[in-house]
Amino acid sequence: MQTKRTIFGNKGLPYLLLAPQLIITGIFFLWPAAQAVRMSFLREDAFGMSSTFVGLRNYTRLFDNPEYLNSIKVTLVFSVATVVLALGFSLLLALAVDRMIRTARGYTTLLVWPYAVAPAVAGILWWFIFNPTIGIMPYILENIFGYDWNHALHPDDAMILVVIAAAWKQISYNFLFFVAGLQSIPASLREAAAIDGAGPLKRFWTITLPLLSPTTFFLLVVNVVYTLFETFAVIDATTEGGPAQATNILVYKVFQDGYVGLNFGSSSAQSVILMGLVICLTFIQFRFVERRVTY
Amino acid sequence: MVENQRWLDIAAHIVLILGVLIVAFPVYVAFIASTHEPSAFIRGTIPLLPGDNIAESYAGVFRGGVASQMSVPIGVMLTNSMIMALAIAVGKIVISILSAFAVVYFRFPFRTLAFWLIFITLMLPVEVRIVPTFQVISTLGLLNSYTGLTVPLMASATATFLFRQVFLTIPDELMEAARIDGAGPMKFFKDILLPMSQTNIAALFVILFIYGWNQYLWPILVTTDDSYQTIVAGIKRMSDVVDSEPLWNYIMSVTVLAMLPPVAVVIFMQRLFVKGLVDSEK
Repeated sequence: MQTKRTIFGNKGLPYLLLAPQLIITGIFFLWPAAQAVRMSFLREDAFGMSSTFVGLRNYTRLFDNPEYLNSIKVTLVFSVATVVLALGFSLLLALAVDRMIRTARGYTTLLVWPYAVAPAVAGILWWFIFNPTIGIMPYILENIFGYDWNHALHPDDAMILVVIAAAWKQISYNFLFFVAGLQSIPASLREAAAIDGAGPLKRFWTITLPLLSPTTFFLLVVNVVYTLFETFAVIDATTEGGPAQATNILVYKVFQDGYVGLNFGSSSAQSVILMGLVICLTFIQFRFVERRVTY
Repeated sequence: MVENQRWLDIAAHIVLILGVLIVAFPVYVAFIASTHEPSAFIRGTIPLLPGDNIAESYAGVFRGGVASQMSVPIGVMLTNSMIMALAIAVGKIVISILSAFAVVYFRFPFRTLAFWLIFITLMLPVEVRIVPTFQVISTLGLLNSYTGLTVPLMASATATFLFRQVFLTIPDELMEAARIDGAGPMKFFKDILLPMSQTNIAALFVILFIYGWNQYLWPILVTTDDSYQTIVAGIKRMSDVVDSEPLWNYIMSVTVLAMLPPVAVVIFMQRLFVKGLVDSEK
């Protein structure tokens, strides 16, 4: 690992400097993670008085449990829909801003601020707009399309609601990175293609999109991580996993089974599975995502 | 600009204007709702034009109490959120800059191990280890305390990596010169490294402030006592009223106030915000 050519010779000082970080990591990250692994092999009795070792039973039971399998399916649908919507919409906006010269900064300011809105607040905002009794969207849907929107009753409506809220929150982040990615594509390439007679659409498919792929891939990983973990608040503030488990994504189920339902063994097994998932995603992010270092 | 195509420019403007409208729409609706009287919501749909009750809505949430369905006046929640956001931002920066200094400017046994231990924090978001983390917090007696709200969130791999990158780009000659002049490590850190990392610190502070302000699951886990309630976690409780009509104008006033500080930070410090965002993803 890289250091400086010359270094300070102190023996104890570096440990002292690292101590706060390592102590917090140890107590609040490593210890709980180890506990989760341990508890995932145990089964507690109903009063939490004693626990017995049950091997992999907590895991095998999970995969026999239709609710858990449903949660995996729900997570997939939610994740894919949110990522596609958030990436597509922000790429469109970034392409449009990239054409602007004088107004680019103004538009950017008007598009980036949702980054600062908490996921929970984003959830509340859309939940209000889609409120079945007084919301503006159900009113429009009812009167123009004759559709009876009710996310408290219809599973599909609930899914659409959480996808919109989660994607809305992520647009500004993706937008900023897409704009930066577009700006790093040399204008000469596009000009050359234009001289050779390639139209805007052709240039987009053959030049812009391929050269943008490192950015897109990076954003893909970041957005998947976002939909899998940080959307907890969106779900909790809107549907709470309902109706009938329709929006109960994996990370929300860990919370419901463990913190609300007090089923520690099962919740811990789910935690361990999710940790495995984060480790894979972090690995992908660091191994394959091109380092965009610009010094 | 590659070529002059008017229809493309017009299309781009239309896309952007629609985009801005879609992005702003929910906040507009929330703000309008906060300017009406509770009775405005009983007939039919949400109003789309401002009402005349704005002063009363916001005064109501600051008073708190039964009239606005708030168990905690909003001043308390805003203060708690501010304490949490500032403490997390400052704490993360201090802790990370010290660790980065140790990793870059010293060579010592277990250096790589320490670096990996920091890296691991990236892989363990609170959401995936809810139950055991809660047990640790309650064993240590940190429930309902500012320590419990802030300290566990202060470890940060991203911030450490960022400062490591910054330090690696600082020329070696500076440190050699400082050593020749007889400066010890802490003097070098204080007089050379800190001033040279100023903009990075400021940019990171913006990102971390937003991160701290927007915490949701953590305050829910750690606080049961209303006096430690943060505003983002508090909205949910307000909108959860079961036995009566929700008072939408108050709920939306709180929502608007919950968004205001971080959104203002992004708008007024846009340059630092963008820098912080891009830096911390390197």
